[in-house]
Amino acid sequence: MMSMVVPGILLVVAAWGMSRGVDVWATLVEGGGEGLQTAVCMVPTLVGLLCGVYMLRASGALELLEGAVAPVLTWLGIPPETVGLLVVRPISGSAALGLGAELIQTYGPDSLVGRTAAVMLGSTETTFYTVAVYFGAAKITRTRYAIPAALCADAAGFLAASWAVKWLFGA
Amino acid sequence: MAMSWIWLVMVGASILCGAATGRMEDVAGAALEGANAGVELCLAMVGVMCLWMGVMKVMEKSGMVDGLSRCLHPILSRLYPQHAGDGQVMGTVSANVAANLLGLGNAATPLGIRAAQLMAGGGGVATDSLCMLVVCNTASIQLIPATVASIRQAAGSTAAFDILPAVWVASAVSVTVGIVAAKVLARVWR
Repeated sequence: MMSMVVPGILLVVAAWGMSRGVDVWATLVEGGGEGLQTAVCMVPTLVGLLCGVYMLRASGALELLEGAVAPVLTWLGIPPETVGLLVVRPISGSAALGLGAELIQTYGPDSLVGRTAAVMLGSTETTFYTVAVYFGAAKITRTRYAIPAALCADAAGFLAASWAVKWLFGA
Repeated sequence: MAMSWIWLVMVGASILCGAATGRMEDVAGAALEGANAGVELCLAMVGVMCLWMGVMKVMEKSGMVDGLSRCLHPILSRLYPQHAGDGQVMGTVSANVAANLLGLGNAATPLGIRAAQLMAGGGGVATDSLCMLVVCNTASIQLIPATVASIRQAAGSTAAFDILPAVWVASAVSVTVGIVAAKVLARVWR
């Protein structure tokens, strides 16, 4: 079933594009060029972030932090290894990507921790950045309950990610 | 600025902890090793990123956002009762949600900002619908999380996209909680 998703999307998008008179191949290649640029632009960011995260891991600081919050997170059903991700996710998208990538590499992409980190990254957004962009553009200074409500959504996303991975992949 | 602080804390905490635990040598090695890992990760991600950006470009050019946003219009009118009759606001919001679903961040943000400006109406105080718009945009509803899948692929996953159902469940829970929280808080937080 799941193996049909990616090829299926490729087919549907191509057929839809052709029916709308789009030169699908040229567009695919053009977009691919932009993808290459995006990936190249990510190099310096990820170099800095992975440098920092690797240092944290080697120094034992990550283990210390994990150990400190482990009882609470384990009780909630969240893998304690993801604690850094929980803290950084709403603040910085690129830092979260760096931390998540390190978790996925260290624990393996198909491990419980690796999968949970991936689902957390995929199901939440950089809350504070989004709030700043939208309210800044609309010239809003009193944001009322927007941030608390958005953080509720993030917390729910983290919990749901942990539970969904346990439920769907077993552990 | 936030990133500069995060960087400072990461380096500072590593040095403190490394010195305390006597692992300074490992820390020094890890700094350079991490820099290499950053490049390797990006290189390994390039393939999936290129493919997916190409597919997204076809979606954009073939007007998939418009098609999807027409389907979303009736549902979204219920989330924004104050603007249900306003075709321009609802059209922009629907297109914003459609672009978010398809993962077209570059298209979604300008649409969302336009909707926020249309909703604001001056005064500097966030209205209920403006808060709802922001909460919905801070929750990720992307159907295909391509960047995450490419990281998994780069790390040698056997099926990089097998997390999709879990991502959909988690996203749905997150958005629902956000919407409910916003609706409840709207009554008490004036």
